[in-house]
Amino acid sequence: MKKALHNPLAQYLIALADDELILGHRNSEWTGHAPILEEDIAFANIALDEIGHARLWYELAADLIGEDKNTFPDKQVFFRPAQEFRCLQFVELPKGDWAFSMLRQYLFDALEAQRLKGLMESKHKPLADVAAKINNEEIYHLRHTRAWVTRLGLGTDESLRRMQAALDELWPYAQALGAALPGEIELVGDSLVPSSSKTFVSWKKEVSAFLKEANLKTIEATVHEVDRAVHSEYLGVLLKDMQEVAQTEPEASW
Amino acid sequence: MVSTSTPVRASTARIWQALAEVPDPELPIVNLVELGIIREVEWVADNLRVTITPTFAACPAYEVMGANIQARLQQLGIEQVEVQVRHEPHWTSEWISEEARRKLKAAGLAPPPHHSGDFIQVLLDPVACPRCGSTNTSLRNSFGTTPCRMIYTCNDCKEPFEQFKPL
Repeated sequence: MKKALHNPLAQYLIALADDELILGHRNSEWTGHAPILEEDIAFANIALDEIGHARLWYELAADLIGEDKNTFPDKQVFFRPAQEFRCLQFVELPKGDWAFSMLRQYLFDALEAQRLKGLMESKHKPLADVAAKINNEEIYHLRHTRAWVTRLGLGTDESLRRMQAALDELWPYAQALGAALPGEIELVGDSLVPSSSKTFVSWKKEVSAFLKEANLKTIEATVHEVDRAVHSEYLGVLLKDMQEVAQTEPEASW
Repeated sequence: MVSTSTPVRASTARIWQALAEVPDPELPIVNLVELGIIREVEWVADNLRVTITPTFAACPAYEVMGANIQARLQQLGIEQVEVQVRHEPHWTSEWISEEARRKLKAAGLAPPPHHSGDFIQVLLDPVACPRCGSTNTSLRNSFGTTPCRMIYTCNDCKEPFEQFKPL
């Protein structure tokens, strides 16, 4: 791998990690509040997995830019201001109702499944290895969230109404999943990462067919220019909650 | 701290024996060696380096594991223990020993089915109830009390049980 590509790949990985971290943190808000106990535990575990995956991506990025991988993840998570995060607004949106959170997790898991297929082929061996590890764990996510989408879509009038409302709100934001990640254009040429637009096409095909089976209709939405440095009003509030304790006592060891 | 005695070099066999007494923090009926979590032990100058591979990337127990490993090895007089986390090759449920599988089952936890590398092939196989042995069981949830377990119900003895996930 060319030395000049180390930094672009690190920026790419930090964006991946930020998406996982913010979605994981957002979903952890259900802990103690999910509709049933078993699901409370399941969703907390899925949230935990995503945060664990974020750590793996941050560690890989640290290796590429000469940072200490033991301290780099916490620095990224707890000591960066909102404008330095590179997550999509899709993952920042408040948790909404159960239908909203479950549908968002499904759309994200399905995208990850497609992207990981490409990352497992990366010419950067450490990246391909981590992708394979994460891919194994994600198989359980997708199985879980698919079951919920079907259950709610084909459930009662009320569950269908909520799922359709969630889809109408999420679908335009989800189009941003097709935009190139930071550094991607340089990296695709050297077979280090897959092309997001190609990943997105496979995702859209699969997801649209699956949602249709669950009685859900996707609206027309176009992919706009996506700037991962521009955030919704919700990210700042989330970060304040997530970072407050660490920033109060930055030198504390836990 | 300066030690006045010469460093004690326990034999490798003795070290592995001691490590096999470190229980898994979340499943204390089995130990970290038979779960396949402790991968390697090697001396690096006066440091004993113990390499561990967590089951799931986000396993919250691995820091406790490291502390417990250090505490157990200190009882052998080994003061300088470095616990290194390695994800590659990634952990697979195929690393769980037959003895550990027996212990899991005896404790009411269905062991993961064997697979040849691709666990998706066995995901839909019937899971036997660890209590009555019936394979008339239903998956209740892909996530149990930890990321590495799933919840089933036995349709014959009506008991819920957990299965250690194939991975």
